[in-house]
Amino acid sequence: MGKVVLKLGADISTDIIYPGRFMATVLPTETPQFAFVDDAEFNKKLKAKQIEPGSFIVADKNFGCGSSREQAASCLVGWGLKVIAKNFSRIFLQNSINVGLYMVICPNIEASEGDELAIENNKVVNKTTGKSFDIVPLPQARQAIIDAGGLIPYTKKMIMDGKK
Amino acid sequence: MGMTMVQKILAKATGQASVKVNDVVEPKVSLAMSHENGALVINQFSDIYQGTGIEAKVWDPSRIAIIFDHRVPAESSKTAGNQKKIREFVAKQGITKFHDIRGDEGGICHQILPENGYVLPGSVLVGTDSHTTSHGALGAFSFGIGATEMAAVWALGKILNVEVPGTIKVVVNGVLPKYVEPKDIILNLIGKLSAEGANFKVIEFHGETIKKMSTSGRLVLCNMTVEAGATGGIVPPDAETVRYLKQEAGVRNIPELFGPDPDAAYEQVVEIDASKLEPQIAFPHTVDNVKPVGAARGIKIQQIVIGSCTNGRLDDLAIAASILKGKKVARSVRMLVFPASTRIYQQALKKGYVATFMQAGAVVMNSGCGPCLGVHQGALADGDKALATTNRNFKGRMGNPNAEVYLCSAATAAASAITGEITDPRTVSPAPKAKSKAVKPKVKKQKTKTKIVKKPAKKGRK
Repeated sequence: MGKVVLKLGADISTDIIYPGRFMATVLPTETPQFAFVDDAEFNKKLKAKQIEPGSFIVADKNFGCGSSREQAASCLVGWGLKVIAKNFSRIFLQNSINVGLYMVICPNIEASEGDELAIENNKVVNKTTGKSFDIVPLPQARQAIIDAGGLIPYTKKMIMDGKK
Repeated sequence: MGMTMVQKILAKATGQASVKVNDVVEPKVSLAMSHENGALVINQFSDIYQGTGIEAKVWDPSRIAIIFDHRVPAESSKTAGNQKKIREFVAKQGITKFHDIRGDEGGICHQILPENGYVLPGSVLVGTDSHTTSHGALGAFSFGIGATEMAAVWALGKILNVEVPGTIKVVVNGVLPKYVEPKDIILNLIGKLSAEGANFKVIEFHGETIKKMSTSGRLVLCNMTVEAGATGGIVPPDAETVRYLKQEAGVRNIPELFGPDPDAAYEQVVEIDASKLEPQIAFPHTVDNVKPVGAARGIKIQQIVIGSCTNGRLDDLAIAASILKGKKVARSVRMLVFPASTRIYQQALKKGYVATFMQAGAVVMNSGCGPCLGVHQGALADGDKALATTNRNFKGRMGNPNAEVYLCSAATAAASAITGEITDPRTVSPAPKAKSKAVKPKVKKQKTKTKIVKKPAKKGRK
C-alpha cells in the first residue's frame, strides 16, 4: 500500500529523473539527493523526508528513455520509491532490475496524485477509485535477477558456483 | 525461416545454429566499452567479488575499452577523482584499449572505437552509454547497458539474459538532395516511429542510399536509433565497411562478412525516399518531435553546437566549413564546434576547417561530449534556444531545464549560425567557390588601413 506522490506523462527522460550535470556523482548512496532535482518542489519533499518510502511514481509510456546512466534508477531506490508505468525504456528497465528498483509495467494504469495503490495478485489496485489494472509480468530470465536481489548477488552466486 | 542480422550475430556469439526472437541468450562479448562511468562499474565490479575470496580480475583486459570523453578535461575535482580511480584500475588490470585525455588519441568513445579498429562486423559490443548503438554502422550488434550490467560483463565475458530482439527493416532509396544529410534521414525516421516505436527492437538499414553512404553517415543513423527506443541499429556490412576498416581503421584481419538471410522475418518495414527529404528539425523537448526545417524558420537561436558522437566527424565539419567560409557567425549567436576525436580535429586543421570556423567567429573546443549532456562547457541561460547537431533535446539536456534545444544536421546548424535563426541550408548562397584546397584563406579585399605590421612569413612548407 502506498500513495501516488508524483504523476507523470510519457517519455520521461533520464535527464528529468537525474540530470546529466550530476553524473560525476555515481555511488548509490549519494545519488538520491539529485532525484528529480529540476522539480524543486518534489526534490525538496524527498530531502525533507516528507515522502514515505513505498510511495508510487505513476507515469505514462516510455519511462526512463534516453541515457544509460544507472543513477536514474539508483536515485529512486535510495528513497524507497516504486515506479508504475505503461511501459519502460529498455535500458532503464534493465537497470531497475539490476539495482533493485521496484517497478511495474501496467499498460492501462489510471491513478491521480494522492490515490492509494496496492499491488495484489498481479494487479495494481487503486484503492481510492476501486479500479484494478493488470500487470505485465517480466520475462522469466529477468525475474530470476530480481529474485536473487539484483544483478550483483546474482553474478556473485554464478562466480561462487564456478559458472564463470 | 531465415534470420535477421541480429539473430545471426547472436546465434554466432552463442554457438548455436539459429536463434528465434524472444529466445533468452547469453552471448559472448567481443568488446565492452565504458567512459567516465567506469568509476561506477569499478565500484559494482568490486561488490560482485566482495566476500567471495576470489580475486577481482576482469575476464579479458584486451576486450575492455575505456575512453574519457564526458567531462574532459575534468570540470571538477570529483570528476578528476573518478578519472584517477579509473586510471589506477586500468593499470592494475592491464586494460589496453584506454584513451586518456590526450591530443593525439583522445576523443568521443563512439568515434574512438571505430577509428581505432575496435569494432568488427558480426561481433557483439556493449557499452555503458546509450549511443553505443552507433557501432552497428560496421555490422556489429552493439547496444547500451547500465554500469551494474557492465560489471557482470567484466566478470563473466558474456552478457546475461538477453532476449533476442525483433527487427524493424528500414529501406532508404533515392539520392539525398544537396544539404540534406544522414541526420535528416534518422530524424525523419524517429519522427515516424516515435520515441518508443523501436523499444526492445533492432533497426536494420537497407536500400541504395545506405549502400552509397559512407561509414561516417551510417554511424549517424545507428547512433540515433536509440532515440526511437531501439536496442541497436545495424547496417549489413559491405564493400564500404571493408574500405573503412582497412583504410581508416587500420584493420588487417577482417572477419568473414555476413548479412541477414533473404527470407528473414521483420516485424515492420519502413520505406524512406531520400530524394524527397527536406532538412529536419527535432523541436523541444523530445527527439521524435520532428518537422521539416520550414516549420522552424525564423526561430531565433542563441547557441549553435556542431559536434558530438552524432555529428562531429570530418564530413560534418567539411559541410559546415563550406557554408561558413568567408561568412560571419551572427553577433547574437555563440557557436561552438567540438570535433568528435583529436584525429578528426587534426584532419580539420590540415584542411583549413578550423581556421574557417574561427575566422567566422566560432569557438573550436577540444574533442569530447562538451555541452551535449550539460555537464560542462556551453551551458545555456534561462530562455536560451540552442540549435545543435547533437542527439537529444530533453528538458535540461544542455544544463538548464529553462532552455530549449533543437536538433539538426551540420549544414542546417552552419546556415543558421550566419543568420542567427533557424535557416534552411538550401537557401544560403554558397561560399564564393574557394577550392577546398585553399590553404590561404581570404585576405583579398581586406584593404583596411593598417596593413603592414608583418606578413607572417609562412612559406616554408610546400
